[in-house]
Amino acid sequence: MKYLHLVWAALMRRKSRTVLTILSVLAAFLLYGLLDAVRVAFNSGGTIAGVDRVVVSSKYSIIQSLPESLVARVAATPGVRKVTWANWFGGYYQQPRNQLINFAIGADYFDVYPDYGVTPAMADALARTRTGVLVGKTLADRFGWKVGDKLPVMGSIFPDKATGETTWIFDIVGIYEAPDAASRALEQQVLLNWKYFDEANAYGSGQVGWLVVQVSDPQRSAAVAAAIDALSANSDHETKTQTEQEFNLSFARQMGDIGLIVTAIIGAVFFTLMLLTGNTMAQAVRERIPELATLKTLGFTDRSVLALVFLESLLLILIGGVLGMALAAALLPVVSAASGGMLLLPPISAASWAIGIALMIAIGAIVGVLPALRAMRLRIVDALAGR
Amino acid sequence: MTLIGKLLRAVVLLVGIAVSIALWIVLPAAALVGGGLLLAAWLALTRVGRQSMAVTWIGVSTLPQRLGASSVIIIGIAGVVAVLVALLALARGLQETLRGTGNADTAIVLRGGASAELDSGLSREAATLILQAPGVARDASGQPLGTAEVVVVVNLPKKSNESEANVEVRGVGAQAWAVRPNMRIVEGRRFEPGLRELIVGAGARQQFTGLEPGSTISLNGQQWQIVGIFATGDAHESQLVGDAETVATTYRRGGFQSVTVRLASPQAFDQLKAALGSDPRLKVDVRTTRAYYTSQSQGLSKVIRIVGIVIATIMAIGAVFGALNTMYAAISARAREVATLRAIGFGSTPVLVAVVLEAMLLALLGGVLGAVIAWALFNGYTVSTLGANFSQVVFRFDVSPVLLGTGVRWALAIGLVGGLLPAVRAARLPVTAALRES
Repeated sequence: MKYLHLVWAALMRRKSRTVLTILSVLAAFLLYGLLDAVRVAFNSGGTIAGVDRVVVSSKYSIIQSLPESLVARVAATPGVRKVTWANWFGGYYQQPRNQLINFAIGADYFDVYPDYGVTPAMADALARTRTGVLVGKTLADRFGWKVGDKLPVMGSIFPDKATGETTWIFDIVGIYEAPDAASRALEQQVLLNWKYFDEANAYGSGQVGWLVVQVSDPQRSAAVAAAIDALSANSDHETKTQTEQEFNLSFARQMGDIGLIVTAIIGAVFFTLMLLTGNTMAQAVRERIPELATLKTLGFTDRSVLALVFLESLLLILIGGVLGMALAAALLPVVSAASGGMLLLPPISAASWAIGIALMIAIGAIVGVLPALRAMRLRIVDALAGR
Repeated sequence: MTLIGKLLRAVVLLVGIAVSIALWIVLPAAALVGGGLLLAAWLALTRVGRQSMAVTWIGVSTLPQRLGASSVIIIGIAGVVAVLVALLALARGLQETLRGTGNADTAIVLRGGASAELDSGLSREAATLILQAPGVARDASGQPLGTAEVVVVVNLPKKSNESEANVEVRGVGAQAWAVRPNMRIVEGRRFEPGLRELIVGAGARQQFTGLEPGSTISLNGQQWQIVGIFATGDAHESQLVGDAETVATTYRRGGFQSVTVRLASPQAFDQLKAALGSDPRLKVDVRTTRAYYTSQSQGLSKVIRIVGIVIATIMAIGAVFGALNTMYAAISARAREVATLRAIGFGSTPVLVAVVLEAMLLALLGGVLGAVIAWALFNGYTVSTLGANFSQVVFRFDVSPVLLGTGVRWALAIGLVGGLLPAVRAARLPVTAALRES
């Protein structure tokens, strides 16, 4: 470390070259930070998944519903602590491009999902108001909704039994705020009163889309899932029970292999980066051969000259990389805000930072090794003579 | 020179670069070609132009000596262009597949307000009214050319990662073959109405396991046999198709999701729309299939395009710094050479032009390399994503010549920016000092 000022002097020898190289490293790691957040956003399925929750849905496909009678039978299964249910409602606000994530929710929904941050007063207001809905703060801010507003929802799958129309008017009775930043995605939803939905939709009552089961012991969730699926085996509504994370992931995966695309782009970026900085380092060492020879003449060992050049390369990449990831961290909330809540990117996790820094060190090492070896093997006489 | 003068010069240069990039992106291809021809004429015909050519040639002919440094520009830009072209080709493939699915000769009727078939529902009575409406073409025996269809979704494992994905199963009416004449059997035979038989789109067969002719799959717990493979060249290839009545029975459906009809004439659309709109028994939306399927692709392909351009812009900024680095190094290595030229009477313009041209030549090589990589790796590559109706749409990357042109255009812009600043430095090199440099 006592040679740090020497390494620094080498970097400052040609300021414009160092600055340009740092900027291109910065661009590469900025991209890494942003794309990794996208990958994490898709792989987490948009919400944090509770380890103690399993989701029961139709084995055949997402569009098939299950009988409400299944709720009581699942609740009686050993190992089940609590059961709630929901049904997809769909529709949009004002224009088809404002698609809403809305569903009718069953009893005890917020006992199973404390992540929503819905207060007992809000849950109570929803239960008391037939046409009530709870909306998330992110969504409410996007459209400027307030408690007490009427919320017209158009184009739902379900027509109204009385009118035959697919336009429904709801009353916003509460706006919830997810307490945890990681579950901010839940604030995109609109939650409907089950009783009203069940009575008023023209397609009949007693049909639930999926069940959410809280198990008493997460270690035994696989066994509980098997027991739940056994309840409906060979019936006309066979079920598939999976952990909440698997359930969410199955949606993200259907968008396409985001992970693969991100990895391919990052690969292309880093390959280019290595070539670029490798060239810069080679150039930097080539120009300084007489200086390095002088250092050796002064008594610097081969090994310390090697270390000097190696450190220079590492420092170059680390400065650019850390700046790039910091810029990405600063930009992520901006991107999320600019997308109008369509794309919620999580902040860069500790794991992503660790991988990023490991990548910086690896690239710095690969790029530095050849120039460093060259510097180490310099013969003083030849180098000073310019041979 | 005073500090203010220096600053002013820098500001003018930066504004100039920004304006030229903006022009570069906005200008149509014809204008660019015209500009290129003008430049070529200037190079060939004027005195300064010919001097520029000579200096450029000196730089270009010594390129092999600077292979390592020059390849940084080429490969850096190739990376940018390859990523840009690949992502744009993805967006274009999706858009073209869905746009090609519809046409102006057929119309699709959904329940009022529904944005996709899965959100829609039409009763039997409504379906009959729609089929009998004026404007619907009829066959030789007077039957309306229309098909009332049931759309359901089934989970099938994907070949790529064995995870289950949603596949659309479409129950069609007897006239479906006449409504969609591009639908043809490429293997096996058509399904028999009344039997639990399905035909599989060529795209679906490629993406999902267990869809070979002769195998059976389970729909709502009942076994259905696959009897044939069909091709349409559009988004219908992502689907499984069977008889509407039999699919409806399996899923205990009383009605349909949509009605697709062939129009009697191109003008008949307005007639049909007016007739359906004025019928108090119906609450439906009618669109040409072209309008319907085009709207289905807009959101996602726009997102992919924006993401592609943002990623490529960040990469391009990185590549510009790489190019600047290389060109500055090239200038300082050739400082004596440049100063000698100036000393024997070459002006500063030929030097400036030569450096910019050299950078743009390297950029062009990089752009072409990147475009070729994107084309070779991705053109025609089949992928699928979640489309409308909450089910998979199979489509191909479409690396069109226009996209290749866009890639090369980006490459040249990066080369221009990367070459301009070093060129200014080269042109303003103090001759006497540079000549003395070792």
